Amino acid sequence: MGVGILVEHLNAWYGTTHTLQDINLHIPANHATALIGPSGCGKSTFVRCLNRMHETNPIARAEGTVKMGDVDIYKDASPVEIRRRVGMVFQRPNPFPTMSIYDNVISGLKLNGFRNRRVLDETVERSLKSAALWDEVKDDLKKKSGASLSGGQQQRMCIARAIAVDPEVLLMDEPASALDPVSTSKIEDLIFQLKSQYTIVIVTHNMQQAARVAENTGFFLNGKMVEFDSTHKIFTNPSDKRTEDYITGRFG
Amino acid sequence: MSTQPIQASITRRPLRVSATNRMLRTGINRFVTGLAVLATLLVLAPLFAILLYLIYKGASSLNLAFFTHNPAPVGEPGGGMANSIVGSGIILALASFMGVPVGICAGLYLAEFGRGKLLGDAVRFTADVLNGVPSIVMGISVYSLIVMRERHFSAFAGGVALAIMMVPTITRTTEEMLLQVPMSVREAALGLGVSKWRTALSVSLRTASPGIITGCMLAFARVAGETAPLLFTAFGNQFWSFALTQPIAALPLQIFVYAISPYDEWHRLAWAGALVLIGLIMASVTLVRIFAGRGTVRGGRS
Repeated sequence: MGVGILVEHLNAWYGTTHTLQDINLHIPANHATALIGPSGCGKSTFVRCLNRMHETNPIARAEGTVKMGDVDIYKDASPVEIRRRVGMVFQRPNPFPTMSIYDNVISGLKLNGFRNRRVLDETVERSLKSAALWDEVKDDLKKKSGASLSGGQQQRMCIARAIAVDPEVLLMDEPASALDPVSTSKIEDLIFQLKSQYTIVIVTHNMQQAARVAENTGFFLNGKMVEFDSTHKIFTNPSDKRTEDYITGRFG
Repeated sequence: MSTQPIQASITRRPLRVSATNRMLRTGINRFVTGLAVLATLLVLAPLFAILLYLIYKGASSLNLAFFTHNPAPVGEPGGGMANSIVGSGIILALASFMGVPVGICAGLYLAEFGRGKLLGDAVRFTADVLNGVPSIVMGISVYSLIVMRERHFSAFAGGVALAIMMVPTITRTTEEMLLQVPMSVREAALGLGVSKWRTALSVSLRTASPGIITGCMLAFARVAGETAPLLFTAFGNQFWSFALTQPIAALPLQIFVYAISPYDEWHRLAWAGALVLIGLIMASVTLVRIFAGRGTVRGGRS
């Protein structure tokens, strides 16, 4: 089951650039939350702060409180532990190029020392089925490289890989922006199904996508969160003028 | 939206060009391609010349005895280099056993952990300097470090000298190959909660392994023919020796001894030895490539 996320006074820097300025927000459990905003507004940085990937860059730094359930991820846990509970799907599909489809999906467990073959087999099947990829790849699981799949299939494999470790939160950084419309709609269907089991945070440039998959939407601009509300309200009756300008296409 | 050209000042060339213009372009294209082919041939020609000359000079002296007999005493005809072939194998195995892990670990440190750190820069600089150290200097250093202390030439000392020569090449190629691994692949592993060291070993290193293996084979092939570092360390031996603490024969050493001798018979054996050395290097590089290629699935193929 998913877990809610409470963000308080979150600030982040790249070198001397203050990329996130005092973000406060509550992301409800088992819902999809979309983050929209123009390029460079800090929404990617924000999701990377939620699994502490932000700090893997040597010049990057983050401060503040991010609570997942009752765990403050910046105080009570190591980045490695956090990332096992918070899955991430990146903008471009990033399969492990030397691994088979099977090994790609199971990599999170295998690289963390899990060896029980029967459980691994089951997990691969369950994850690929959840990611709506099982029927397309079940015959070549160990024969084909993960990199030999099409872009859309690779991205669904990456989603399968992320949910194979059974996380509570799933972060998606523009998961469909490099994909064609058919693959995009498959990914969106997937998000719709997965949000009953995981808390999903999805960054997107596509406002229709946000409207289709997410209950709540946050609008980011220049490192600040301008508005956060139900998706319906954001797209029909935003309270902030800047949000209205953005969703009506007046800038960005 | 205007449909005007972005820069009207640029005069467009007509699509349909005159016949002479087309011939001129084709001619320039052919000329430049020809230059590239010529340059390639110039580089390859000496290589093939050496190989053919080796076969021409050495093949006639190759027979079964060459691979099964030890060197014959002066004046006696025949004899072979069996002990040198085995000796070279032992020294190179020792050198690879020591040099490859150290070199790969150092390269892994440089690429994955030592970016922008003082120690990383120091290691990289040292590796580059070490790469330029003449092999004879390496021989003398190991002579004073190991042979003088042990009061004995030994196969072990030879292995150490060659291992030190392998390390910088392997370190730098490992680093280069790891830097080719996209950051997104590392992030994929880190995002799954895989620790940094495990990501470096099981993801970065594994993804870069074909290139790293090539680097190791280059280093291996380079030291396999080294003579100078072995003169003061392995020393050479006319008889069988399998002890690592004793002087041991090696192909380059035996070739050297035979080549500077005044006897025609030994000159012929030296040619045969050189041919065998090249053949063995090529065979081992090929074998490693074949075996190392197994076990990983390749992208794009089914």
